[in-house]
Amino acid sequence: MAEVQSKARPKTRGDGPLLDIRNLRIEATVYPPGEKPRNVVLVDDVSLKLERGKVLGLIGESGAGKSTVGLSAMGFGRGGVKLTGGEILLNGRDLRKARAGGLRQMRGREVCYVAQSAAAAFNPAHKLMDQVVEATLEHRIMSRAAAEKKAIELFRKLSLPDPETIGERYPHQVSGGQLQRVMTAMALCSEPDLIVFDEPTTALDVTTQIDVLAAIKEAIRDTHVAALYITHDLAVVAQVSDEIMVLRHGKLVEWGGTRQIIKDPRQAYTNALVSVHQIEHQEHAPGETPVLSVRDVSASYGGGTVKVLKKVSVDVFPGQTLAVVGESGSGKSTLARAITGLLPPLEGSITFNGRTLANKLSDRSRDDLRELQMIYQMADTAMNPRQTVGTIIGRPLEFYFNMRGRERDQRVAELLEKIEMGKGYADRYPAELSGGQKQRVCIARALAAKPKLIICDEVTSALDPLVAHGILELLLGLQAEEDVAYLFITHDLATVKSIADSIAVMYRGEVVRYGSKSTVLTPPFDDYTDLLLRSVPEMEIGWLEKAIQGRKMAGAGN
Amino acid sequence: MGGATVLKLIAQRIALGVLLLLAVSVLIFAGTQILPGDVAQSILGQAATPQALENLRRELGLNDPAYIRYFRWLFGILQGDLGTALSNNRDIASALSGRLANTLFLAACAAVVSVPLAILLGLLAVRYRNGIIDKAISGFALASTSLPEFFIGYLLILVFAVKLQWFPASSTVYDSMGFLQRLQAVVLPASALTLVVLAHMMRMTRAAVLNVMQSAYIETAELKGLGPLKIIRRHAFPNAIAPIINVVMLNLAFLVVGVVVVEVIFVYPGMGQYLVDHVSKRDVPVVQAVGLIFAAVYITLNMVADIAAILANPRLRHPK
Repeated sequence: MAEVQSKARPKTRGDGPLLDIRNLRIEATVYPPGEKPRNVVLVDDVSLKLERGKVLGLIGESGAGKSTVGLSAMGFGRGGVKLTGGEILLNGRDLRKARAGGLRQMRGREVCYVAQSAAAAFNPAHKLMDQVVEATLEHRIMSRAAAEKKAIELFRKLSLPDPETIGERYPHQVSGGQLQRVMTAMALCSEPDLIVFDEPTTALDVTTQIDVLAAIKEAIRDTHVAALYITHDLAVVAQVSDEIMVLRHGKLVEWGGTRQIIKDPRQAYTNALVSVHQIEHQEHAPGETPVLSVRDVSASYGGGTVKVLKKVSVDVFPGQTLAVVGESGSGKSTLARAITGLLPPLEGSITFNGRTLANKLSDRSRDDLRELQMIYQMADTAMNPRQTVGTIIGRPLEFYFNMRGRERDQRVAELLEKIEMGKGYADRYPAELSGGQKQRVCIARALAAKPKLIICDEVTSALDPLVAHGILELLLGLQAEEDVAYLFITHDLATVKSIADSIAVMYRGEVVRYGSKSTVLTPPFDDYTDLLLRSVPEMEIGWLEKAIQGRKMAGAGN
Repeated sequence: MGGATVLKLIAQRIALGVLLLLAVSVLIFAGTQILPGDVAQSILGQAATPQALENLRRELGLNDPAYIRYFRWLFGILQGDLGTALSNNRDIASALSGRLANTLFLAACAAVVSVPLAILLGLLAVRYRNGIIDKAISGFALASTSLPEFFIGYLLILVFAVKLQWFPASSTVYDSMGFLQRLQAVVLPASALTLVVLAHMMRMTRAAVLNVMQSAYIETAELKGLGPLKIIRRHAFPNAIAPIINVVMLNLAFLVVGVVVVEVIFVYPGMGQYLVDHVSKRDVPVVQAVGLIFAAVYITLNMVADIAAILANPRLRHPK
């Protein structure tokens, strides 16, 4: 493929490293309700160097400051974030000293950005092509015709379908995985020296992530662009980076070659990140009678127009966990809605605890409601921000058991002990808790009802790996104590391995594979389960290439 | 592609508008029926004999049941017959058409100035948000809206007609006037109207665009190195267009319907003055006709706003 000759103005090419950040300090002013505004330090004394054509992975949990560091390489602070100390040398010029006009000259020309959610990062009102070539035209790097030709070439390189015409579409007309690749093409189009990838595959399904990851990796290799690759997933960053930098609480923890970081981490925190995921869970054999039995349930939205569940049958046994896995749109959350009665099934029956459940929520008895509880993905939005933890956990005690006063407070304290938080938290508000603590409170609220079954809908997906790990251990411990069954909805196979006794794999509204954990995870696999299993990133250099080669079926949405 | 869906949506919206207009016509008719007083009595005066009253009622069809009178009225309107004014026995349609044209001319003059000005000021306020320019624009616009229109009207007359003598104090227009003469006549009332509607549109533009400025794609544009005005114009404004069109249409409707006071102050021969004259004479057919025209303007403009919002939405224009 012939490279399009660019008429780019010569960019400043120093002899030193492309990006040289020295002792960077980033602060933000926060306005806590009812308190005086104060400054918080987001990033403290971080230094890094990036040579031309190299990829540096920035890794850490949420709040570690990795996105903040990444955006500082563009001289940009999100919201009220200010770059208050140190130097950020890009091509030898200090971005902290640059004026607004100087920064604009450099953004989109020397350094480009790929956002986590391409769906939100594209303007819905303009065609993709206009947005892809916008920066190139703004900086007069090429003529429109040359830029569009270049874009089409990039679309082809990133394996987008119909590269000649996809640019004529609007953002809502292509899938999430495709949009993420178009965004990569947008970043590459102006031939920058550096691209900041900010969690570019985190919002995608695993089966889509693998293709996007491969496309990004290939594009980086072929164009010799340097990259800062930000992610919380070490296994992902291990596939694309030359070096990895671990950040925590805005400070540098460890910086080294990719192989050294994942094989031979020197810091305890890095070691914890590398060795996460490893819960050994021995599966239980199915019991005599299931606590929940779903038989041939079909459901649809829009009065039967969009069929999302097709004759689904699964069983959950007392004190055990059924994991329901599948990508977004496979119908796994709809199954939960059907079981809870939020979306009455069109056909089929649901038996719970020996009784047939009424289809509609409003027809169910209070005991049915009590014994079937739910925990949600976003603990934040599942709690009333104006109620204290004590009120939130105490509510089911009042509602189902008519507990009041001291008796209720005592039970709340017991529940707080159970979730390893302690009764001191009863007077706190949700906003004062960390993400993991919020999810723990939601678990306590579900447990307060003394349920037989808890539906866990992606309860660890929004959490950092180490925090998620703690939540899974807590759930397993509570299951052993309380003999409660879980219906565990997730797209993450690593989580499934740690917690499930049996597994149902869903694909396009159907259960394509169902059985005990060991049988489901033992070959021979059907094509979809094979794809799903192969798509889970492993912390191993070269995994990506092997996985792409070995699979039988390509991911959906491509 | 996608034309069918959009056409269907637009057709639905138009059908809804027609339905709404019919409902309003029922309301207007019913409302004027409830009013006390008897048309025959008011035509013939207190001294009329019962026989004369009865004859006139029969002649006007006032003894028929209400629904028959309603349909007679409605079909008359559909054929362009708005009835006859009671006070002077003239055909309402011909008397109104000139007035309506005058009112629309005044409204159009005010709109041509106020809409672009309001949007421009709104965008500038976003560009310099929370700064001195933003505050000055908002302060001026809010102050001009807070003042009642009769006050603004008299103020303009005092300054520009009495003191400076640039424009006439009374905006009388004749059929024989040329366009420029007409324009000069309506400068003051149009300015008064502009000042009244400016703030609403400006504030809404500012709020709608600021809302869009929170979006992730604005950050994308910033990180492409685009300047602030280009970001607002190219990336924020197209996505804020639907609420802006909505408020613009509401204000255009106000320019037609809400001009009563301004027309009276400037003695401008428009619909508003005509309405006020005939309300005081208890001329029910005229009030009905003007009410219906005002309602039609309101409903049409809102319908246009909805259709524009449908057309402005790329998801509807280009479905998957």
